Amino acid sequence: MKSIVENFDLFAPKLVDKEEYYSSGHRACQGCGEALAIRLMAKALGKDTVVTNATGCMEVTATPYPTTAWKLPWVHVAFPNSASVGAGVESALRVLRRKGKIADRYIKVVSIGGDGGSFDIGFQAISGAMERGHDMIYIVYDNEAYMNTGIQRSGATPFGASTTTAPAGKESVGNKNWKKNMAEIMVAHRVPYVATATHSHPIDFMNKVKKARKVNGPAFIHCLAVCPTGWRSSSETCIKLGRLAVETGVFPLYEVENGKYKFSPDNPPKLRPLEDYLKPQGRFRHLTPDQINIFRDMAMIEYNKVLERVKHSKSWSELK
Amino acid sequence: MKKKDENISAMATPAVGEAGKTGDWRDMRPVHDPAKCIPCIKKKSACFLCWLYCPEGVIKATIPLEINLEYCKGCGICAEECPGKAIIMVNEEEKHG
Repeated sequence: MKSIVENFDLFAPKLVDKEEYYSSGHRACQGCGEALAIRLMAKALGKDTVVTNATGCMEVTATPYPTTAWKLPWVHVAFPNSASVGAGVESALRVLRRKGKIADRYIKVVSIGGDGGSFDIGFQAISGAMERGHDMIYIVYDNEAYMNTGIQRSGATPFGASTTTAPAGKESVGNKNWKKNMAEIMVAHRVPYVATATHSHPIDFMNKVKKARKVNGPAFIHCLAVCPTGWRSSSETCIKLGRLAVETGVFPLYEVENGKYKFSPDNPPKLRPLEDYLKPQGRFRHLTPDQINIFRDMAMIEYNKVLERVKHSKSWSELK
Repeated sequence: MKKKDENISAMATPAVGEAGKTGDWRDMRPVHDPAKCIPCIKKKSACFLCWLYCPEGVIKATIPLEINLEYCKGCGICAEECPGKAIIMVNEEEKHG
């Protein structure tokens, strides 16, 4: 106990903006990981940012008309088109700046969306915006189902998770497939900066957002956001679950700069047993040891794929 | 609402507590003990993980710590993540401990 106090040197506020851009008193659930991720993202981005937001938890909870929790310029758009509106705002700002109608200062456009609005419904809009090379960031808050409408499965739901449209029962294990590897799809779009992050590693997440802000071109960040309501876990385990997802290898943290994969320093050198991650979550409660083995195999395929790429991938300039 | 842009028909304005006093949701209240809190013992700003991890942004990174109970939803993340266990959650019904 004494040693913790004496040896604790981490000084969070030194590295982090003290200004709050996402005000308190919003309507998100107790212990909402997404709200935390948004708050950290806004701190990392700072002023001179325009945010476009697809429909989802973060839109519904942040803005019951006529007030909003956002202190940054923020546009709510329909479910599928957060990325295309972001692309439009970016083009408009560029033209207005060129014509001298607004002050000549750099404004970053950030499009955000949940996993439903990004992996499934908004997928073609992201694909288009990233392929056209707009100077913007897309950040997806992945809570692994459509939590806003009541926990329906999405393209980001992992194997075995019990959701209301993929319920676990005698014949079913819940969701049957592993989640889409969105980061890899974005690398295939030749996006110069792609990263995965969680809110449980806030300094790492904010550094990635700051790095993405500096990129002149599209950037994509996949942020795992714990949803205590949908994951059927207690609210105080929010941060712990995000950390366990990284420590058990279910969600490896990495960044891809110009095609070169790099492991983030927050990844553990040795993985923890998978049961530590599954046990606190009610959505995995029904899994038998055999099914946990299938889960482990699926997770390890993805994890080892990243490890392989970290070892062997080359940046595009080296491949000329 | 200060200035209204004529081109915008529906514009929401920033406000603290857009969902009302969300402190009403709480059933467990965080109580801070300065004797165990790292910045309070060291008398300089350090740690403040509670401030960093609070999804609500109700904790102020000051010495001693200030928690805005008007909007705190009582999720218990600060108590769980505090390295010195300086924040404990007590039941709203009980007397301030």
